[in-house]
Amino acid sequence: MGLAAWATALQPLTEWAGDLSVDEFLQKHYRELKPEEKQAIFRRLEAECREAHGVNVKISDPQPNEGVQFAYALNLSICIGCRKCAEACTIENNHDRKTNNSYIRVFEMEMGGIDFEKGDATYEHPVPQPGKFYMPVQCQQCENAPCVTACPIQATWQEKDGIVVVDYNWCIGCRYCEAACPYHARRFNWEKPTIPAEVINPDQGYLSNRIRPQGVMEKCTFCLHRTREGRMPACLEACPTGARVFGNMLDPQSEIRWVIENKRTFVLKEELNTKPRFYYFFDE
Amino acid sequence: MSAISKVLADEEKPQQMPTRGAFYFYPRFLWKSLGVATDGSWLFYGWMTLLTGIALVGANAWAVQVRDGMILTNMSDHVSWGLYIANFTFCVGLAAGGVMMVIPAYLYDDEEMHHLVIIGEAVAVAAILMSTLSVVVDLGRPDRFWHLIPIIGKFNWPMSMLTWDIIVLNGYLLINLHIVGYLLYMQYLGRRPDPVWYVPFVFLSILWAFSIHTVTAFLYCGLGGRPFWNTALLAPRFLASAFVSGPAFILIVMRVIRLTSDWQWSPRPARTLIQIIRIAMVINLLMLVSELFTLFYTGSGHAASARYLFFGSHGGAGLVVWIWSAILMNIAGTVLFFTPAALQRGNIRMLACLLCIAGIWIEKGMGLVIPGFIPSTLHEVVEYAPSLTEWKITAGIWAFGILVLTILIRLIEAVHMKRLANPVDHHMN
Repeated sequence: MGLAAWATALQPLTEWAGDLSVDEFLQKHYRELKPEEKQAIFRRLEAECREAHGVNVKISDPQPNEGVQFAYALNLSICIGCRKCAEACTIENNHDRKTNNSYIRVFEMEMGGIDFEKGDATYEHPVPQPGKFYMPVQCQQCENAPCVTACPIQATWQEKDGIVVVDYNWCIGCRYCEAACPYHARRFNWEKPTIPAEVINPDQGYLSNRIRPQGVMEKCTFCLHRTREGRMPACLEACPTGARVFGNMLDPQSEIRWVIENKRTFVLKEELNTKPRFYYFFDE
Repeated sequence: MSAISKVLADEEKPQQMPTRGAFYFYPRFLWKSLGVATDGSWLFYGWMTLLTGIALVGANAWAVQVRDGMILTNMSDHVSWGLYIANFTFCVGLAAGGVMMVIPAYLYDDEEMHHLVIIGEAVAVAAILMSTLSVVVDLGRPDRFWHLIPIIGKFNWPMSMLTWDIIVLNGYLLINLHIVGYLLYMQYLGRRPDPVWYVPFVFLSILWAFSIHTVTAFLYCGLGGRPFWNTALLAPRFLASAFVSGPAFILIVMRVIRLTSDWQWSPRPARTLIQIIRIAMVINLLMLVSELFTLFYTGSGHAASARYLFFGSHGGAGLVVWIWSAILMNIAGTVLFFTPAALQRGNIRMLACLLCIAGIWIEKGMGLVIPGFIPSTLHEVVEYAPSLTEWKITAGIWAFGILVLTILIRLIEAVHMKRLANPVDHHMN
């Protein structure tokens, strides 16, 4: 009788386990996978997506390019707070449409200082407002990333080009990284993401914008499935004012290099020594 | 129940009992233990049924949470840890607090405490089980639990503080299981325990008790992005409060044993514990005052969480009632502990224990874990109060922990009162 009571109480677990495959359960860490194992996993994920959403997607796995260190800069003088970047992020990265999640939060800040305590990320009025400036915040891709240190199982790490990624099939969802991040850059999948078939972006990266499983962490990846192939991040393309500058900071001819060398840039919470790759600056 | 016996069995196997016939006696010990654990008065059956019922409700709520996602909790990307981790923190303290019986017994050779110290170790075992469960229910993907196992998984040791916590908590569980199991079995056989087999472990457990709560504090205070936690005082504060909540909980357990069994002892061990509580609680409050002074007098941005916690800010005041009731309970409990009545066996002492336990549970949980997230790292105020699912699961964990503790205590008591003894081996001494 005692056993029957426990079995009944735990019944929902069997319903949940029905969705899990043995292959997924036994899947190794991304960095331990052989190329053919990776291919098998990508095909499996594509098939699962076809089954679940009826959509044919392509899961790719572009690798970091030699001699590339990505960096981002944002011109606060011309950002108008329209949140087009945040919206583009939602679309590009196959975010949950129930919450319209995005990796970017735009803060409406008071002129005269950079004080988040006076900032507001939930404004609902025409922009720009007088006396305000706007400050989009997303993952800073820290060189010295507290989230990477915190993770107990190396489910998140920094790639050679500086991008911090998460293996969604390895993460156990303890959310220690979310507690460790000083920039509110990480998001958790509190439930299975809801995303209508017609808005699924079929161009997906295994470590970036593929549809995430329930119960794991996710974060901005500088759209690595685009940027590692020479395209710009979705948030940059969507920006109507050209406030965003992205590129390889090792390339002396790049715009990002010019901004870092010639503008008086600053990074968020410099005192924490996280060494962000995300620079803010004002025009003269 | 069989789980407990199994755990005891696992503990003893590698021991190579220095007796002939250990393979004969040991299964008999386990079998008889099972009898003791499942036999008793109607009151006992009622108590066990109640605990099992609550544990079942919790297990069911957890199963639903795993299926439908942690959306069933009230946690969010802003407040990403809640009641589970709060309760985890408290339970680690409870486990560490048990050491305050070990120190007088073994470092100061308090003879009577020697007989009772096993109670503190049983509390530690139950508390560690509760803290481990509190972390397991907080995982979004419990099916990937094996990723946390060293070698098989991908253990981020020594960098991640969480890996240290896993090591010290499991180590503490094993040490205490060994000590409890060994002492009980020897007493059952009617033999004097061989110090070689347990004294080194007892001293190890003293060091280890400090480590579990220190490392748990390091989980929080090592995060530069959370100024409310990022203070060197955190680990000492954790220890001081643990040395109140642990002994206070043990005092209650001791009272229950004396009321429900024939096992009696003098008032001295309890008085020793109360002396410890008095000192630890004063140190705890002193450090709290010191912390608050630094935060509020400087008035820097670092005080944002403390302002929200104690007074509310940006229109949110969800934790104000919690923290002030914790402070009041802690102060009232401390005052009561200092009255002469606390040294007598009576309700004042029990009230003081309950007040301090509740006060510290809030202070370490709702008053420490939650405000670390409010305001968020980008200064947004998003409030949090636990959902029904979270309460059910947490209650289930407590019920399970107390169930385990009840069984352990019954075994200890039965062995001590010679109701559970090996008749063959008795005259061998």
